[in-house]
Amino acid sequence: MRRYSAFAIAREALRHHTGWERAWKSAAPKSRYDVVIVGAGGHGLATAYWLGRNHGITNVAVIEKGWLGGGNTGRNTTIIRSNYLQDPSAALYEKSRSLYETMSQDLNYNVMFSPRGVLMLAQTEHEKRGYLRTAHANALQGITTRFIGPAEVKKICPIMNIDGPRYPVLGGLWQERAGTARHDAVAWGYARACSDMGMDIVEQCEVTGVTRDGARVTGLSTTRGDIACDKLGIVVAGHSGRLAEMAGFRLPVESVPLQALVSEPIKPCMDIVVMANTVHGYMSQSDKGEMVIGGGTDGYNAYTQRGSFQHIEETVRALVETFPMISRLKMLRQWGGIVDMTGDRSPILSRTPVENCFINCGWGTGGFKATPGSGWAFAELMATGASPLTAAFGMERFREGRFIDESVAAGVAH
Amino acid sequence: MLILDCPYCGVRCDETELTPGGEAHLTRHGPGSDDADFERYLFQRRNPRGVHLERWRHAYGCGKWFHAARHTVTMQVFGTYPAQTTEPPADIVERIRASDPDWTFGDDT
Ligand SMILES: Cc1cc2nc3c(=O)[nH]c(=O)nc-3n(C[C@H](O)[C@H](O)[C@H](O)COP(=O)(O)OP(=O)(O)OC[C@H]3O[C@@H](n4cnc5c(N)ncnc54)[C@H](O)[C@@H]3O)c2cc1C
Ligand SMILES: [Zn+2]
Repeated sequence: MRRYSAFAIAREALRHHTGWERAWKSAAPKSRYDVVIVGAGGHGLATAYWLGRNHGITNVAVIEKGWLGGGNTGRNTTIIRSNYLQDPSAALYEKSRSLYETMSQDLNYNVMFSPRGVLMLAQTEHEKRGYLRTAHANALQGITTRFIGPAEVKKICPIMNIDGPRYPVLGGLWQERAGTARHDAVAWGYARACSDMGMDIVEQCEVTGVTRDGARVTGLSTTRGDIACDKLGIVVAGHSGRLAEMAGFRLPVESVPLQALVSEPIKPCMDIVVMANTVHGYMSQSDKGEMVIGGGTDGYNAYTQRGSFQHIEETVRALVETFPMISRLKMLRQWGGIVDMTGDRSPILSRTPVENCFINCGWGTGGFKATPGSGWAFAELMATGASPLTAAFGMERFREGRFIDESVAAGVAH
Repeated sequence: MLILDCPYCGVRCDETELTPGGEAHLTRHGPGSDDADFERYLFQRRNPRGVHLERWRHAYGCGKWFHAARHTVTMQVFGTYPAQTTEPPADIVERIRASDPDWTFGDDT
């Protein structure tokens, strides 16, 4: 792999950019691998990357039905934070956030991590009490967050109307080292590094069946032939139920559309991310100047990657009240992704009833921020059979009643 | 916008008038059931990519719960029916089969 650097840009400028090589090789599937990962989203690719980097396992294929990063990885609003309430979540999300700090250097790929700060608004007394509790929990977990009052909110984000009328801003949970990153670059950077380690990234290849020998997984059928493997990792977000069905078990997961939209580009007016969970809306400004907006999920199962228009109305209505200056903005694009929701709104990183078959899913509306840490922990689970970071996230927790309840902490969990 | 007919009051409602209630025809397990049954009842879902039978409440109307048969990819609605039943009525099954001949109803499948 040729490294990217300032020198490389100068060199290529002098020879009319003829020396750039493909970031990752386009591979045809082989008949057998040590490990096969289904799903070339950020989590699947990060898993493959850490299997190679931390565990020396490189006879790996990542199988993708569409194009790399075309699932939720390329559809999210890129909020990265780790101010969760429960200890297992805080550990996993903070591991992830800290990996984002060095990701561009680790991958030699600019993922544009921008720790601009994330502010979660408290707009009811109940929400304020909740965030005060989270701030205390974060202090015990060693995660730097702070509850700030309305005056400081206004100072950090002047375009906000903090006086209501319906939902006055009572303060906010402020995480200064939280922020955003470029979602596509995360997938591309991992893909490039995996390809460089000799792994196969197979796009346009849909998994259609999981083959077993009794209780043990032995391989896959795909639209590009059968593939045998020792271990299988299922990392397909909204399609987890389908893959679980192929493997022969059922998940505590439901798939629903989640939408986002962006406005026409405007001059810089907001240099942080704001989430308003009571009214169901959140917003940040992209480097191009577009206001990036998201809200709540649809309330019913669907695989349409489109979503219901009422949620756009609901989200925009809520945001216009808190940010009056956006009321005249034109919206440029809207899209949807299919998110995988679990009963306790926390992910599943787990062994399954099928031997040597592992699943990483349930990230729902908020897994982009977890991409590197999820891959790190899931790779450890797959390689060694256990990981301290995944121990609490087994799928058996629903049977045992050991929920990791984050839905109380944030109605919307991006 | 999803539009469903309430089978009780006959009103054609758009989804803002309704509250979704998740998968229909779950086997309800009560006290004394084992952990696996409770897990299945409370958490495990078919989550089909295809025909889905689900519960809805006409929240801003007659207030009653009913069932709908809908396709989760095409969003085609095969029909709605009252909730006091353990399986979808024959005419709805027929309409489902017209679009998916292999479809079968199993109360816990
Ligand atoms: C609108 C929206 C906004 C969001 N905002 C945020 C946010 O601000 N912050 C945040 O942290 N998270 C956010 N999320 C959530 C986040 O995007 C996801 O949790 C995360 O990207 C999931 O990554 P993944 O790699 O698990 O899944 P994906 O990126 O969806 O990858 C799964 C891949 O599996 C492939 N696949 C599926 N079935 C098969 C098959 N049969 N064979 C082969 N391949 C298959 C898919 O094509 C897909 O590429 C948002 C999501 C959406 C939709
Ligand atoms: Zn009615």
